[in-house]
Amino acid sequence: MNLPVIIKFVIDLLAVLLLALGIKGLSKVKSARDANRLAAFAMSLSVVGLLSYYLGTSGIAIQSWIWIIIGSIIGSLFGAILAKKVPMTSMPETVALFNGCGGMSSLLVALGVAIFPISNNLENLDFFKSLINEVSISVSIFVGAITFTGSIVAMAKLQGWLSTPGWTQSKVRHFVNIVFAVASLIAIFDLINGNTNSIWLLVIVSSLLGIGVTLPIGGADMPVVISLLNSYSGIAAAAAGFVVDSQLLIVAGAMVGAAGLILTQVMCKGMNRSLVSVLFGGSLSAQSTASSGSGEYTNITSCSVEECALTLEAANKVIIVPGYGLAVAQAQHTLREVTKKLEQNGIEVVYAIHPVAGRMPGHMNVLLAEADVPYEQLKEMDVVNPDFPATDVVLVLGANDVVNPQAKNDSSSPLYGMPVLDVQEARTVFVIKRGMSAGYSGIKNDLFDLPNTSMVFGDAKKVLNDLIGELKDLGVGEKE
Amino acid sequence: MSFISLLWVLLLGSLLGLELIGKVPPTLHTPLMSGANAISGITMLAALTLIVKAGGNVPLLIIGSVSLGFALFNVVGGFFVTDRMLAMFSRKPSNKK
Repeated sequence: MNLPVIIKFVIDLLAVLLLALGIKGLSKVKSARDANRLAAFAMSLSVVGLLSYYLGTSGIAIQSWIWIIIGSIIGSLFGAILAKKVPMTSMPETVALFNGCGGMSSLLVALGVAIFPISNNLENLDFFKSLINEVSISVSIFVGAITFTGSIVAMAKLQGWLSTPGWTQSKVRHFVNIVFAVASLIAIFDLINGNTNSIWLLVIVSSLLGIGVTLPIGGADMPVVISLLNSYSGIAAAAAGFVVDSQLLIVAGAMVGAAGLILTQVMCKGMNRSLVSVLFGGSLSAQSTASSGSGEYTNITSCSVEECALTLEAANKVIIVPGYGLAVAQAQHTLREVTKKLEQNGIEVVYAIHPVAGRMPGHMNVLLAEADVPYEQLKEMDVVNPDFPATDVVLVLGANDVVNPQAKNDSSSPLYGMPVLDVQEARTVFVIKRGMSAGYSGIKNDLFDLPNTSMVFGDAKKVLNDLIGELKDLGVGEKE
Repeated sequence: MSFISLLWVLLLGSLLGLELIGKVPPTLHTPLMSGANAISGITMLAALTLIVKAGGNVPLLIIGSVSLGFALFNVVGGFFVTDRMLAMFSRKPSNKK
């Protein structure tokens, strides 16, 4: 072993260690930010390791430097600008976009190696080695393409650029996707048999498969899909690692792949959905509108913002249940204004965070943190549930299925078994909502019918603004 | 590196990933996903390898460069956006505007 090889070996080892520590650190609130920087540092280190290795062995041609610089400047610049500009509410689609590009990168590497075999890498390969090479190229292209098109579709759906077309809900889609999958397999076998041209077939059908699988999935299930695609991009990176013979890529790719899977599992559990039903069940709302015949609402109490303000003023303990609707209305800052006033009056305010509140686990925490809500006031479901009976007022903002008592009481309900917040235990519940439409599950919410529940109809932001006005009139939080 | 030892690397890497991520509070899932996503941009190393080994093959240089661009878009954007999210958590209620 000569010096460059040893140096690269040590640097790679260090980079893997730091990446693992980074992921580990990301799992604790205190260390998360430093851990993220540590991981970023490890990534830069790995680049330095690779470049120094080539400088020490084969050297790097001027031409290569030029293309390296062009690629890195353009990519980094766009990435940095997007990351700085994007609003916190559209975090899920941003992650989807980044993720798709990672998949695209793996695809291109494999494609490049397949079309122009790298001379000193692929010479004198025996049959077994070239087989491994072809398989890793195929996997890299297959997974990379699915990651790319799937992520782009997911992003477009979350942005509202793309809806779920009705025809995608028909059973035919399974047949079409099976055809794409089989065609991909045929292309892979053809490729291994030495027909290089079939690589284009592979690129096309696996791209179509990515679209075909993602398109029928309802917008509310998208976070699960993004998390799964995140896992795929790790697998694509690991496959690319086999293509260029890099252990570092394989380790990092495998770690991300495993991480994505765990996260996907957590999200599914929180939504009481199995991964299979997310992937193959189609949009949940389209499916259950027919079956959710649990009846009409019979006992709806609607009340004005003024009444709501009066009740709040008299309360000692208030729990806020924020949901997807709050994120859509971008009302988290207005909500913070309201809670500030309440706190100034000595009212105890906490936020109950359901595991899947917002658009993905933890998204609501990010949104509330953006609005300066102290971290200590965010309580997770298991912690806050015993507190509801001792609570005077619960404000439900844009959440629906996560506060549906059916999940506990009605074993025939599709929601049965899903962990929910027991808001009905509180003395008074206000539900701020645009109208009587169902949650994304399309299921009637029994909470709305309960005698201690009052509906305040209107856009979350507008209602909260009115609430601030009413509280001001009542003299709440005057010290400001 | 032999194929078999690469498979070992793959296996151990996966196990490491499962173990590291087993116990994350839901609060951090979005930042973690975003951070892990940035790490998956590690394929930039493959793109770099491609460019270095391409020699004078211009189409391959271009493919490598585009690939590198996509990967760095993922890496740089991913880490920045994660940092932005995490910065919000670390902000203390006392020193807000």
